[in-house]
Order: sequence, then C-alpha cells, then structure tokens
Amino acid sequence: MRASSDRRRVRSGDHFMIGDVACAEAALAAGCQVFAGYPITPATEIAEHMSHRLPMVGGYYMQMEDELASMNAILGASCAGVRAMTATSGPGFSLMAENLGLGMMMEVPCVVVDIMRGGPSTGMPTLTSQGDVMQSRWGSHGDYEPVVYAPASVQEMFDLTIRCFNTADRYRVPTILLGDQMLGHMTGHLRIPPADEIPWVERPTRPPPEDPVPPPSSGNGAPPMAHAGEGHRLHFTGLTHDERGYPAIDAAGSRQLLDRIVGKIRDHHSEIVEVEDYRLDGAEIAVVAFGSNSRSAREAVRRARADGIPVGMLRLVTLWPFAEEAIAELSRQVRWILVPEINYGQIVHPVREYAECPVSLLPHAGGALHHPDDIVSAIRRRWLHEDRH
Amino acid sequence: MKTATDGQSEALLRQGAAIEAAPPEAADPEVALPSEGHPADNLLREDRLPHIWCPECGLGIALKAYLRALEQVAPEMPLDKQVCVSGIGCTGRIAGYVNLDSYHTTHGRAIPFATGLKLGNPELSVTVFTGDGDLLTIGGNHFVHAARRNFDINVFLVNNFTYGMTGGQFGGTTPQGAVSSTTPYGNVEDPMNVPALAEALGVPYVARWTTLHVRQLARSLEQALRTPGFTLVEIISPCPPGFGRANEYRTGTEMMKAFRDVCRVDPEADLRTVGLPMRPGDPIVCGDFICRPRPSYLQRYAEQMRNAGVHEAAAEAAASASGEGVSPGYSRRLESAP
Repeated sequence: MRASSDRRRVRSGDHFMIGDVACAEAALAAGCQVFAGYPITPATEIAEHMSHRLPMVGGYYMQMEDELASMNAILGASCAGVRAMTATSGPGFSLMAENLGLGMMMEVPCVVVDIMRGGPSTGMPTLTSQGDVMQSRWGSHGDYEPVVYAPASVQEMFDLTIRCFNTADRYRVPTILLGDQMLGHMTGHLRIPPADEIPWVERPTRPPPEDPVPPPSSGNGAPPMAHAGEGHRLHFTGLTHDERGYPAIDAAGSRQLLDRIVGKIRDHHSEIVEVEDYRLDGAEIAVVAFGSNSRSAREAVRRARADGIPVGMLRLVTLWPFAEEAIAELSRQVRWILVPEINYGQIVHPVREYAECPVSLLPHAGGALHHPDDIVSAIRRRWLHEDRH
Repeated sequence: MKTATDGQSEALLRQGAAIEAAPPEAADPEVALPSEGHPADNLLREDRLPHIWCPECGLGIALKAYLRALEQVAPEMPLDKQVCVSGIGCTGRIAGYVNLDSYHTTHGRAIPFATGLKLGNPELSVTVFTGDGDLLTIGGNHFVHAARRNFDINVFLVNNFTYGMTGGQFGGTTPQGAVSSTTPYGNVEDPMNVPALAEALGVPYVARWTTLHVRQLARSLEQALRTPGFTLVEIISPCPPGFGRANEYRTGTEMMKAFRDVCRVDPEADLRTVGLPMRPGDPIVCGDFICRPRPSYLQRYAEQMRNAGVHEAAAEAAASASGEGVSPGYSRRLESAP
C-alpha cells in the first residue's frame, strides 16, 4: 500500500507554498488515492490541486454533488483498501457530520480537512475563525472519540496531514485536520522531506479469509480491517453491531461496541496527544492557544517576556483527544491561564475542566486573528492587578 | 423497528397456524428430504436468518432474483468481487443477508458510498440495493448525479410506494390520493416517474418488473450486472401493512393479483407515460425499457486522462526532479499541465 516512495507523489525539496496546497501535497505524499470533495471557500485550493495532481499518480479526484456524498465516498474508498481524503469548511463540515459518525461506527480510516471560516451559517467565507472546535469534537450524534489536529504553519499543514493519515490507519478512525482560512491561504516555507523519510503507518489488515480470524482482544483495540474484494464477505453497518458486523441492538451490545471504539482512543491518549511548550520555564502565567491564533499568542508571549512578565505558552497540537494531563500539570505550575481563541469560548471549557488554577477566556468574533497587543494587554492587566495585592 | 399492526398480527397468526397444522412427514426419518439445504445457501448468511421482513413482503422475491442473477454472472464476475451496498429501510436490510462484502450505510447515502468503493477498487462489481424512500426521496440528489455521470454501479430499486420500516408514511413515489400514516386525508403530491427520470439522465440500462415477474426480473438484474456504467432496475413490490392495507390491497396476495391483472409488458413504451398513479385499472408498464450502452464514467475518465497525457507528464516531471528543487508557490497554472 505504501505509495510514498513514488517520486511522482513526493515533491521533496524546499517550496514557497500556500497552506491548502501544502495539505494536498501531503495527502499525495501519504499515498492518498481518492479525493472526493465539493468546492467551498477557503478549502477549494485543496480540491483544485488534487484534481490536477491525483490523475498524474493514477488516483481519482471525484467532485461529488455535496458534502454528504463526499464524506460517504471517502468512506467507501477506504473500505476498498485505499487512503482517502476530503476537504471542506464549516457549512460543508456540518453536512458531513452524520456520515463522519458512520465512519466512527464502521471504524473506517480516512481524513477530513476542515479549513474553518467565520460562522455561523454562511458567515464569512473568506475570513478566518476557530468556530468549529466543538463541532469537530461533538458534530455527529452519539458517543465517539475523534482525533483532531490543529496545524499552526504551512509546514504543519503538511506534517499534520501526514499524521492524520497515519493515526487514521493505526486506530481505524476518521481523523480531522482543523485548519482555518488564515493557514489555508497563508504562503510560507515548506520543506518536503525525501520520500523515504515520510512517516508511514501500515493499516492493520485482516489475514486472508482462509487464515484464522485474530481474536478481538489482540492489537490496540482497532480490529484489523477487511477490505472489499478480498473474499472476507464481511458485513459493515452503522447499526450497533457485534464483532461479526451483525446488528446487536441491546444494552449489552451497545456497551461492548462503545467500550471498544471509545476505549481504543482513550486508552492511547499518551500516544496521540501532542502539545508544544514555548517559554514555560519559570512561567507564572500561561497562554493556552492553538492553530493560526497561536502565532499571535507566541508573539504576545515574546513581548510580555521582554517587559519582564514571566509568561509562556502551551500550544495544543491535538485538540481532541484533549491534553488533560498537560493542562493539569501546567495549572500546578502557573497561577493563571489565558485562552485566546477566535470564537466565543470553546476550547476554554476543557481547559477549565482540567486546570486547577483560574482560567480566563479572551474571545474574538472572527474575521482576523487576535492582535498580539490584545493578548499582551490581557496578560499585563492580570499581572499588575495581582502585584497590587 | 415497526410495531405489529393488526394486519401483521393476523398474518403472523395465520402463518403460525399453518406451521402448527403442518403434516408430520417432514420429521419422519423414513422420508428423505430432496436436499438438506436451500439452493441459495452459499449466497445467504444463514446465521442472519430468519429475516425481519413481514409476511407477504416482496423483498424475499427481489432478494431471490438478485441471488439468481449473481449465480448467473459468477463465472465471469466472481462473488468475491461482488459488493452489495444499501442505505436505510426494509430494503436496506438486504445487504445484511447476502453472503458478499456488504455495507449498510446511512439513509439515502448508499450511492456515494458505492461510488467510493468503486473508485477505491475499480475491479469490484458494486450494487446498490435500495428502497424508494432511500434512493429517490432522501437520496434523490445522489441518484440524479450518479445517473448523469453514468457512474459504474448498479442500482436495484424496490419500490413499494411507502416508508415501510417506520410504519407506512408517504414518500416520493407514493401515488397521489393514497392514504398513509402521514396522509390520513390522502396524498397531495404526485409520485415520481422513475424510468422517465432515468431516461432523461441518459442511464444506459433501465428496466422495471414487479415481484410477480420472477424470471424476467432475475434476467434483468443479470443484464444490469453485465452492463457497464450506471444501471437501474425498478422492482414494484407489495407492502401490505405499510401501503396495501390502507389502499385497497388488503393483503400481499391481493396486490400480486392486481399486478397480474394490470401489468402490461411493453419494452417499447414511451417512458413519459409509465408513471404509476395506481388508480384502479391503471396499467403497470414493465419491461427492459432501455439498453443503450455508452461509455461509463470510469471508461471516460481513463480515456480523458490518456488523451490529456497526464501520466507521461507526471513521469517526466518525476524523472527531471532533482529532489531539491524550489517550486513557485501556488503554481498550479505555471506547471507543465498538458
């Protein structure tokens, strides 16, 4: 299945590239064979680039009639044994929600890219937002554990797209790359490594039909995948089901299934969750930020440090599963946590849930990032206020 | 799950009584059974039976015709490469009973899921088995576009004029005036004429039969499986508790008799006239309406890419890449696109 050794797929070298195209190049380097999507600002460049490049490597670019179809098409492609991706923005992500749940229920690895824009509804198609944080966690009904990566640079649009494919295959789960308009349309330096240095995780597949079926308890909780056309004649359903794929619609069946599909992610938090520390040495105040807005936060920390305020940043690289332990640990070091995000308060809630110190939100209605000065002002106000007492 | 209606209970009771009254010969070791199993055993998941369908439902007949078609094409199209995809509804349960790779997806979305399967592995023979509400009402947009693209999947539609699984509400094929659980005063809307819609979209193979036409149906399904591109077979089926009982077909048998009385086989019919208003005496026109093969989506995709020379261009680009080059940013139009 590994396709990344193909030089037509991996454009190794240094590039000056927009984030959306970096994401598409990463998908190609990761061996993505099918892209199904629907045009939407500000994610359209991903579709355009895939339509140009995928046929060159023998893959399929399929423009579907809507995002419901796009989501289902990548699930189908993955069930046939190839890596598949779609890309969208808020309105399309809303339409994908139901079938993202199908992917969770059938345990179909695939990658969904959401380049966030201002909302709700049609909102601001060409301007940024971080309004889909909770939707990426809870967008479909029922209980499931999504894995969501939040890139903060053009390089990460590439690197974390690769990570999305690998995590999806490792745990048999749809993964989400949560970018935003600022990142998607930002031009920056990208270094694509040599093909053999692209990280690669082989999707665990079921042994041939004539071999014994591995016991459900083996592996990491994600059963090896049986692909269509290999003679397994397996049934996949969105109904609550047993290990044969047959409906098991009762409390015991539900518990057995959900314990496993929730557990396979919860039991591996330490392997999935990623954070980045920035100048947290000796910090008494911390900023918790993610995505494009963390770039403003980083600058704010730099300026506040220059003013002598002991502040640092914890950047969430994975939004979900949430970095519970990192936040708890941070809150035992600092006296206050500030959460600037381009919404009216989303990731601040789990930060509050796990922090043992006070947590404040610095909201933003979207359309732009926080200005670093706004974050510095909030830090300075708190610092001076505390000093006076 | 649907709750048992009076009609169902009666039918179940009748069936139970028939079993009670069955002569004991079957259990007599002296009498040898002609066969230990059912001829379609290898095509069904025995451990999934009995099925959930009501007595007198037409789905068993549709399923049997599908199995027969699969057997017929098996020498050229191995069963391991046959995939059955379904959405939600009574018909959607067919995917769970056939012993093939099968995918029971969400309501209305079987076609896009099937599209992905075929793109992921073009060697597969992908069939969507679906009901009228699933395909034409909630999933209508996918049907229209897959048909327009002539995408390489088969669609076998069981039209019973109702949402059976939820207890008999009206949908996109319910006749005008029909009584359903959400049209207690009669259906205001007109039903869809499916073969005419398919013709307008250029579908290369379109047929319609009722569940009374077992042999013709199996032959058409076989023909559809052999035809490249998008194919559509509409199967008119009784749903006694969901549609028939409230609309002058008290039992499945009565509806089958009506099929016998009003069906007209006319492969040359003008498809604009084959809608199913289902007023008393209206004909149900059946036949292999359209058999006009044309290049399928995947055939055309391959041809288009070949003509555009994309593979050669890609190979050249790879050969000349130093591995350390600097590409010009968002450079889609600057590249040597043929």
